[in-house]
Amino acid sequence: MLSNTGITLVILTTLLSALIIYKSFTELHIENNFINKKIFNLVTFQTTFSILSFFVLIAGFVISDFSLINVYENSHTKKPFFYKVSGAWGSHEGSLLLWINILVIFSFLFLVFTKHNNKSYLLYTLIFQNFLILGFLIFLLINSNPFSKIYPIPIEGLGLNPILQDPALAIHPPLLYIGFVGSSIYFSAGIASLISNCRDKFFAKSIKPWVLISWSFQTLGITAGSIWAYYELGWGGFWFWDPVENASLMPWFVITALMHSVIVLEKRNSIYSWVIILCLLTFTISVTGTFLVRSGILNSVHTFANDPSRGLYILIFLSLMIFLALAAFFRYSKKEEYNFLLKSKETLILANNWFMFFFLTSVMIGTLYPIILEVLNDTKISVGPPFYSAVIFPFVIPFLIFMAIGPKINWIKNKYSRILSNFYILIASIFLNLLVYFIFGKYSIISNLIIISSIFLIIHSIKDFFIFFKKKNESDISRIVSHLGFGMLILFIGISHNFTVENDFNLKVGEEKKFSGYQINFNSVRMENEKNYKKIIGEFKLVNLKSNLEEILYPEIRIYDQPETLTYEASIKTKLSADTYLTMSNISRSDYYNIKFQNKPFMIWIWISAILIASGGFIRLIKIKMQ
Amino acid sequence: MKKIIFIIIFSLNFFNLNSDEKTKLHFEIYKNIRCLVCQGQSIADSNSEFAQTVKLVVKDKINEGKSEKEIYEFLISKYGEWIVYKPQFNKNNFLLWFFPYLALIFGAIIIYALIKKKENNKVN
Amino acid sequence: MKKNLLKIIISVLAIFIIGTFYVSLKKTEIYDTKNLVGTNLDNFELNSLNKNLKINQELVKKSQYTLINFWASWCAPCRAEHKYLINLKRNAKNLKLIGINFKDEKKNANKFLSEFGDPYHYSAADSEGKVSINFGVYGIPESILVNNDLKIIKKFIGPLNQEEYTSILSLTN
Repeated sequence: MLSNTGITLVILTTLLSALIIYKSFTELHIENNFINKKIFNLVTFQTTFSILSFFVLIAGFVISDFSLINVYENSHTKKPFFYKVSGAWGSHEGSLLLWINILVIFSFLFLVFTKHNNKSYLLYTLIFQNFLILGFLIFLLINSNPFSKIYPIPIEGLGLNPILQDPALAIHPPLLYIGFVGSSIYFSAGIASLISNCRDKFFAKSIKPWVLISWSFQTLGITAGSIWAYYELGWGGFWFWDPVENASLMPWFVITALMHSVIVLEKRNSIYSWVIILCLLTFTISVTGTFLVRSGILNSVHTFANDPSRGLYILIFLSLMIFLALAAFFRYSKKEEYNFLLKSKETLILANNWFMFFFLTSVMIGTLYPIILEVLNDTKISVGPPFYSAVIFPFVIPFLIFMAIGPKINWIKNKYSRILSNFYILIASIFLNLLVYFIFGKYSIISNLIIISSIFLIIHSIKDFFIFFKKKNESDISRIVSHLGFGMLILFIGISHNFTVENDFNLKVGEEKKFSGYQINFNSVRMENEKNYKKIIGEFKLVNLKSNLEEILYPEIRIYDQPETLTYEASIKTKLSADTYLTMSNISRSDYYNIKFQNKPFMIWIWISAILIASGGFIRLIKIKMQ
Repeated sequence: MKKIIFIIIFSLNFFNLNSDEKTKLHFEIYKNIRCLVCQGQSIADSNSEFAQTVKLVVKDKINEGKSEKEIYEFLISKYGEWIVYKPQFNKNNFLLWFFPYLALIFGAIIIYALIKKKENNKVN
Repeated sequence: MKKNLLKIIISVLAIFIIGTFYVSLKKTEIYDTKNLVGTNLDNFELNSLNKNLKINQELVKKSQYTLINFWASWCAPCRAEHKYLINLKRNAKNLKLIGINFKDEKKNANKFLSEFGDPYHYSAADSEGKVSINFGVYGIPESILVNNDLKIIKKFIGPLNQEEYTSILSLTN
C-alpha cells in the first residue's frame, strides 16, 4: 500500500519536472514580463507531491511497514520513535529522497520569493534546477528506490546501525543537505544568468539569501556531525580530516568564498565571472563529495553503506554537470574590466577568497591524491591529520589577521588606517597568549602564533561589537558575530589541541592508576537491560590530584541485538572549563578493560563558537528579510 | 651522602616529568598510525587486536631509544605507506606536498595582476 | 589563444579527474602486504611453546622451505585451515612448519593442538603479539612461505584453502 503510494508520488513528481521544463521552454518565447500562472501551479504541485512522498516514507518507518525493503533493512519495531523517524533519511535511499525534496523545495521558494523582472533568467533557473531534479529522480527510481517491496513480508526489521542512533546524527543529514543541496539553486541560477545575460547586481541580490541559507545550514550540519563524532564514536576527537568529513568541508570553503564575493558583486558590480565560477563550483564539489562518499571508493570511518553501482550513476551525472557548467561558462562568459585598489575592501575580500582557495586546494588534494596515486601507480597512501596540520595551520595565522583588519577598510579606498589601535590590540593578544602559556604550559611556536592571531581577531570583533551598539549603522552585526565565532573557534581548538591530557591503559575491577596529576579508581562493573540493547556499565572514580576534586564516571559498553553490534559509550562530564572524557572497552580473553581518559579544556566552547558562526548567517538573513 | 640523595630525588623528578612527556609522544605516534583492520581509525582510536599490538611495539621501540622517524620507517617497511597518516616526502608524494603552495602562489599572482592593472590605468 | 589554452587545460583536468574516479570505481583491490614477497625475513627470536628452546631464523635456514603460520586457539578461521596444515606436514617433503601461537594462553593452545592434531615441527609462543609485527602480520591466520635464504616466497592472508594448499605443495616439491 505505502509502497504503491510512494512510487506513484515519485513518478508524478518526475512527470511534473519534465512538464515544467517543457512549459518553461515554451514560455521563454512569449514576450511579456510575467511568468505564466500555470508554471507556478505546476511547481506547487511538484513540491506537494515530493513532500508527500517523503511523508509516506516516514509513515512507513513509523508504523514499521516491513513490506518496504528500506524499512526492513534500516528499522526495527523496538527502535525508539524518534529514531524511527530519523531512520527515514538514515539510509542511502531515504537520504536521496530527502536530497530531491530539498532540490524541489528550493526551486519552489526561489520562484516564489525572487522579485526579479528578468523573466528569462527565472525561467532558465527553473529549467536547470528541474534538470537536476529529474536526474536525481531517475537515479532514485532505477537504482535506489526507497519504496521497493519485499516478499514475503518479514516480521521484524534488521535495525539501524546503533552508532547512528544519536540525536545529533539524526539532525545532521537534513542540516547538511540544506547546505549541500541548497547550493544547487545558485548552480542553476548561475547558468541561467550566463545564458539570459542577467549579470548585474540584481543577480547578486537574487542569489544572496540562498547563499546565506546554505552556508548557515552547512555550518550547522558540519557542527552536528562533529558533535556526533565526539559523543558517539568514542575516542574523544571531533575532527579527523577523514575523507568524508573533507567532503563536507570542501563545499563550505567555496560557499564562504562566494558569500563574501557576492557582496562585491552587489555593491560594486564587479567580479561577475568569479562569482559565477564559485556558484558553479559549490554544487559541483558537493556532488563530487557525494560521489566519493556513496561510491565507497574512500576508506573512511563514516562509510556505513556504499555500493559501486550507485557510484557509476552519480559519476555520469557529475560529468554531465561539469561539462554543462564548463560549456555554459566558456560559451557565455565575457571579458570584464577590473578596478581594484590595494587598500580597498574588495581587495581584502579577494584575499579571503585567496585563503579559501588555498584551504580548498589543500583539502582537495589531500582527499583526491591517494585515489589518483592508486590508479596511476598502484601505491596506497594515507593522508591524515598530520598532513593537514602541517599544510593548513601556518596559513591560519595571516588569515585570522586579515579577518580582523579586512572589514575595517572602506569600500573602494581606505582613507584612514588605524595602525596604532591595531598595535595595542596586538600587544594585548600577546599578553593574553602569555597568560595561556603560564596557566597551561609550553607549546609550539606555531600554536603560539595561532593563539595570538585568534585573540587578535576576538578583540577586534568585541571592539566592533561596542561600536555597533553606539552607532548602529556603522557596522554589520552579522559579520561581527561570525568573525567573533571564528576567532573563538580557532582559539579553543588551539587550546584543546595543545593541552588535552590523555592516557590509555588497561585496568581490572578494583585497580587504580595514577598519571599526570590524576588518579582513576575502577570501582565496579554491572550489567543492565534496556529496550533494544544490554549494557555493561563501569563505575570509575576520578580524582584530580591538584585540586582534589572527585568525579564519578560511568562509561558503558552497549550490546545491541538488532543488528548485533558492540558500541562504546563515553562518559563525558562537561564543564565550562573542560570536559572529562572516559571510555572503556573490553579486551577479549581477559579480565582487563582498556580505559581511555581525556581531559579536554574548553570543549563546549568549540560547539558554542561554531553555532555563533552560523548564527551570523541567520542574522544577516533576517536583516535582508526586514529590508 | 647528601649529594647522592639530591641526585636520586632529582632523577626521580626527572623521571616523572619524562613519563608525562613520553605519554604525549606515544599518543602523537599512535595518532599517525592507521589501524589497518579498522575503518579509517588510527591505532590511538581503536581497541582492536592489531592496534593493541602495534601500540606495544611502539612503546618498546621508544624505550629502546628509537626515534619517531625510525618507528615509522620500520612500520612502512612491513606494512607499506598506507600505515602512516603523514605521507612521506618522496617522488610519489611531492606533488601532494607542493600543490597547495602552488595554488597559493598562483592565487597571489592573479590578485597581484588585478591590482597592478588598475595602477597602470591610473598612469594612463 | 591564451583563453583557448586555458579552456583546454581545464577540460583536460576535468576529464582526468572523472577518468580517475571511473577507474577507481572499477578497482576492487583490498589492502594487503603482498609487497613483502621477495624481501628477507628480519631476525627474530621466540620461546618455544612447550620446550626449552629458542625459535629463530637459524631454524628457518636449516630447512629448504619453511611455512610460518600464525594462529590462536580463539581464532575460528584457524580451525578451518587446520586440515591443510596437517596435510602439509604429511605430504610436503622439503617443508618444515613453524606455528607461532599469537596472543594466546599456553593451556588453551595445547588443548587445541591435542584436540585437532599438531601440524607443526616447531611451535613458538608470541604471547603479546609483538613479534608478529616483524612479520607484517595484521590479522590471523596468516602464513608466510620462506626459503632457506630467509626470502619470503609467498604470503597467505586469511585461512589457507585447497588452491593455496596445492600451490604450496607444488612450490616446495
